[in-house]
Order: sequence, then C-alpha cells, then structure tokens
Amino acid sequence: MSIWLTIIIAGLLTYATRLSFIYLHGKVSIPDTLKRALRFVPPAVFTAIFLPELLVTEGMLNVSLGNGRLIAGLLAIIVAWRTKNVILTIVVGMLTLWVLQAMVS
Amino acid sequence: MREKIIERVDHTIPSPRSELISGIKAELPLMIAVIPFGMIYGILAIGVGIPASSAQAMSVILFAGSAQFVSAQLFGLGVPAGIIVATIVVVNLRHILYSASIAPYLKKLPNRWKWSLAYLLTDEAYAVTILQYRRGSSMGNKHWFFLGAGLTLWTTWQLSTAAGIFLGASIPTSWSLDFTLALTFIALVVPTLKDRASFGAALTAGVIAVLAFALPLKLGLLAASLIGILIGYSIEVRS
Repeated sequence: MSIWLTIIIAGLLTYATRLSFIYLHGKVSIPDTLKRALRFVPPAVFTAIFLPELLVTEGMLNVSLGNGRLIAGLLAIIVAWRTKNVILTIVVGMLTLWVLQAMVS
Repeated sequence: MREKIIERVDHTIPSPRSELISGIKAELPLMIAVIPFGMIYGILAIGVGIPASSAQAMSVILFAGSAQFVSAQLFGLGVPAGIIVATIVVVNLRHILYSASIAPYLKKLPNRWKWSLAYLLTDEAYAVTILQYRRGSSMGNKHWFFLGAGLTLWTTWQLSTAAGIFLGASIPTSWSLDFTLALTFIALVVPTLKDRASFGAALTAGVIAVLAFALPLKLGLLAASLIGILIGYSIEVRS
C-alpha cells in the first residue's frame, strides 16, 4: 500500500470520528446519562494528554525535583489557575524548563 | 425597560462577523505552541524519509498533530501500512468524544456547516469552542466562532508544517519545544476545574494515563479518558 493510500484511508477514518456524533445527533437518541457525562470530556481528555508529559521521561515514571518538566509544569498549572492566561502559562512553563535545563547542564 | 431588552438582545446574539473574530482571537494565543509543534513535525517527517508532498498532504488530509507525529515515526520504522492506519485511528478515537460533546450545539445547522465544522474539529479548536458554547444559553451565531477558531488553527498548522518541511532547518531537541503541547493543555484545562466533579474527572484521567503510559497505541489515553469521565459523572450524580 502506497503512502498516499495510507494517508487517504487514515484521513477518511479520522474524519469519520470527527463527524460521528455531529452527524448522528437527532438521528439516534442519546441517553441523558451520556449527555451529562460528556461535560467531563475536556477535563478528562486534556489532563490525560498533559500529565504523562510531566511525569514520564524517557519511558520512566519520574517524580523527583530533578524532573524539569514536572517543576515547569507545576508552575504553569499555578499560573494557569491564577491568571487564566494562555500565553503567560506557556511562556512561564517554557522559560522555567529552559532555566532548569541550563542549571543542570 | 425597552432599552434594557434591546441591550440584552444585542448582548446575547453577536453577529456572525463578531463571533468569527472572537473565535480567531480565542484561538490565536494557542499558536505560540502550535507553530513550533508544526515545524517539529515537518522536520521529523522529512528526517524519516517521507517525501515533502506526502508530509504536507498528511497535514491537510489528517489534520491531527499527534497522529501525524506517531505515523511519521512509524513510516520511518518501515511499519506495515495497515498497522499505521490502525494506529492513527486509535490515536484519533478521542475525536468521537469531542464530536458527541459538541453535537448538541450544532444540531440546527445545515449539513454543509456540520460537514465542514467536523473537518475542523481538532483538540485546540474544540477546547476553545466548547467553552464558548457553554458560556451563555443562546447558540446564536457561535458556529462562526467555531469556524474562526478552526480556520485559525488550520492555517497556522499548514504554514508551520510547511515551514518545517521546506525550510528544513533542524530545531535542536535540547530546546524541548515539544513541551509547549503539554503547556497548551494545562493553560486550557486548569482554569475550568472549578467544581469537584470536573477536578475528579481530570485527576482520575491524568493519574490513569500516567500509570498506563506503557500501553501500546495510546490506548492508555483512551482508557484514562473514559474512566475519568465516568468518575466525574458519578461525583456529580452523588452530590
């Protein structure tokens, strides 16, 4: 299978995941329980994406002060909580990581 | 009294144009993370030997950052195409959750809107748009907000991956620019964790994702998300 065919098939399937419920809504009935549970999609999915980035380095769980990503991430969490500012959160997190990396090396 | 009513109407239903601009403005701050991420993808894809045209086609056809990263790595390793397709689909299954979550707000739109917005339903566009929909009761012209956010991300993603592919200059890994992705999600999710149920959903999903990071095909992410959603819901029902 050529690389193009791979991309096109994967692209169509990806599009199907995105369209799925947008298309089905109103055509199939979705239970109330499910509707209420969907409120928790953003906190659950996004935290499941970012937390391993802080705690897993080189395939290993790393909970120590030597883990720059963990320290930078915790600081970014505080900034995000206090300021709700996206740019400030990203900038503080990156600067912290760079400073910590510079101190180690 | 009359003025008050008129004022309220003005506030609850902004024009398509102003929603479009709000959507662009809400999405723009995320671009400081998307640009380096897109460039790193472009450089990686070229680095593993994917032709420039195919690498850019992935950005247009897949339009999904983490899936593009994973598939570029798999292409580089010479993994069979069927496994690459399966991997991309599993990595992208979370879009079904986004689709279900945003669907009620789009139900009255004509099909051409639904089919177009579905193409733009990415992590970053979903994140800002769902917040906008949950703010205030009226749907109004918020699909224009979605369009503004989605097109901002789309344009930036195409240009930044193209910059990585065609300018090709390599970014040292010691810059750790991949970390901007984690920071984006921190910036988006942390301010929304205002109630116990949301916090419970986030914490559960995060901890399980960490414990399950070794699972293949990012299945850990999916399992963690589903369990987190379940826990959030049960905390809400109980209280």
